[in-house]
Amino acid sequence: MKSLNVPTHRQTTAVKKRGSADFFHGLRQGIPIALGYIPVSFTFGLMAVNGGIPVWTAILISLSNLTSAGQFAGTNLIIANASLLEITLTTFVVNIRYMLMSLSLSQKVAPQMAFLKRCIMAFGITDETFAIASLEKGEITFGYFLGLVTCPYWGWALGTALGALTSSVLPRTIQSSMGIALYAMFIALVVPAAKKSRAAFVVAITAIFISSLFHWAPYFARTSGGWSIIFATIIASAVGAFFYPRGDDEIE
Amino acid sequence: MKLSNTLIAVFLMAVVTYMPRVLPIAVFKKKLKSRFLRSFLFYVPYAVLGAMTFPGILYSTGNIYSSAIGMGAALILAYFEQGLMKVAIGAILTVYISVTLLK
Repeated sequence: MKSLNVPTHRQTTAVKKRGSADFFHGLRQGIPIALGYIPVSFTFGLMAVNGGIPVWTAILISLSNLTSAGQFAGTNLIIANASLLEITLTTFVVNIRYMLMSLSLSQKVAPQMAFLKRCIMAFGITDETFAIASLEKGEITFGYFLGLVTCPYWGWALGTALGALTSSVLPRTIQSSMGIALYAMFIALVVPAAKKSRAAFVVAITAIFISSLFHWAPYFARTSGGWSIIFATIIASAVGAFFYPRGDDEIE
Repeated sequence: MKLSNTLIAVFLMAVVTYMPRVLPIAVFKKKLKSRFLRSFLFYVPYAVLGAMTFPGILYSTGNIYSSAIGMGAALILAYFEQGLMKVAIGAILTVYISVTLLK
C-alpha cells in the first residue's frame, strides 16, 4: 500500500506546527544573546569607523562575517593596511575553533537533516549560539537553530550600525570600557554551567590554564591568539573526556 | 587601504569564517561511536569559552586593572545567573567607574 508512506494532511500540519514551535522556542533563547551582542558589535562599529572604514562597510562586515573575534582581528588588519594574505590567514586561524563547534553540533542534529539545511544553519554558528544550542536537551532541529540565530544576527548588525554612527559622540572612556562586553558574555555563559557541573568546571579551568601558559610562559608565548585557543580547547576537552567520560544517555 | 581592496578583504574574511563552520556539519552525518570522542565534543563549549575569556579579557579595555575589576564583576553577576545582558552591562559599568576612579 503505497499511500501509507504519504503523510496525511494532519501529519504534515503536525510537523509544521512542531517546526514553528521549535522556531519560536529558539527565537526566545536568542533574545538575550542579541542583547549581549549589542554592546560588543557597538564596539566593533566604533572601532571600524575610527579606523577609517565607511559605516556601510562596517555593517557589511557584520552581516557577512557574523563573528566576534575573527572580524575584530581581520578589521584591525585592514585598518593597519596589512596584506590580503595576512588578513585571510589571521581571520582563518581565529575561526578554526568553529570546526570543533560544527563537529560537536553535527552530533546534536538529526542525522537525516538535509545538506542544504546544514549549510544554512552553519552560517549562524557563533560561540554564543553554539553554547546555548549545546546545552539544549535532545536533538537540535533546523527550525530551532534558525530561530535561535535570528535575533543575534540582526542584533549584531544593529549594534554595529549604532556604534559606527555614534563613534564621534561617545566619550573615549565609555568606548574603551565597552571592550569588556564580549568577554563578560562568555563569562555569563560558562559560569552557570561550571557551577552545576564539576566536569565543566575542570574543563574550563584547564582551558584557562593552558591559554594563560601560551600567553605568559617563556617559549610558548609566541603562539598567536587563534592557535592558543585551539590548542587550549583540544587539550582541555580531552582532559574532560578522559576524566569525566559521558554515558551514552547523558550525551543525547 | 583602497575601498576595493577592503571589500576583497571582507569577502575573504567571510569565506574563511564560513568554511570552518560549514565543513564538519555538512560532511559529517554519522553519530560517532567512540565514547571518548563524543565526550570530547561535549566538553568543547566549556573549553572554548574558558580559553577565549582568559587572559584575553585583561587586555579588552586598554587598562589591565580596570579590566580585572570588570572581570570580577562579571564573575559575580554570572555566578548569580543574571543573564547575558545584565552581566555585559554590569561589567561595562564597573570598568567605566573604576577607570574614572583610578584616574
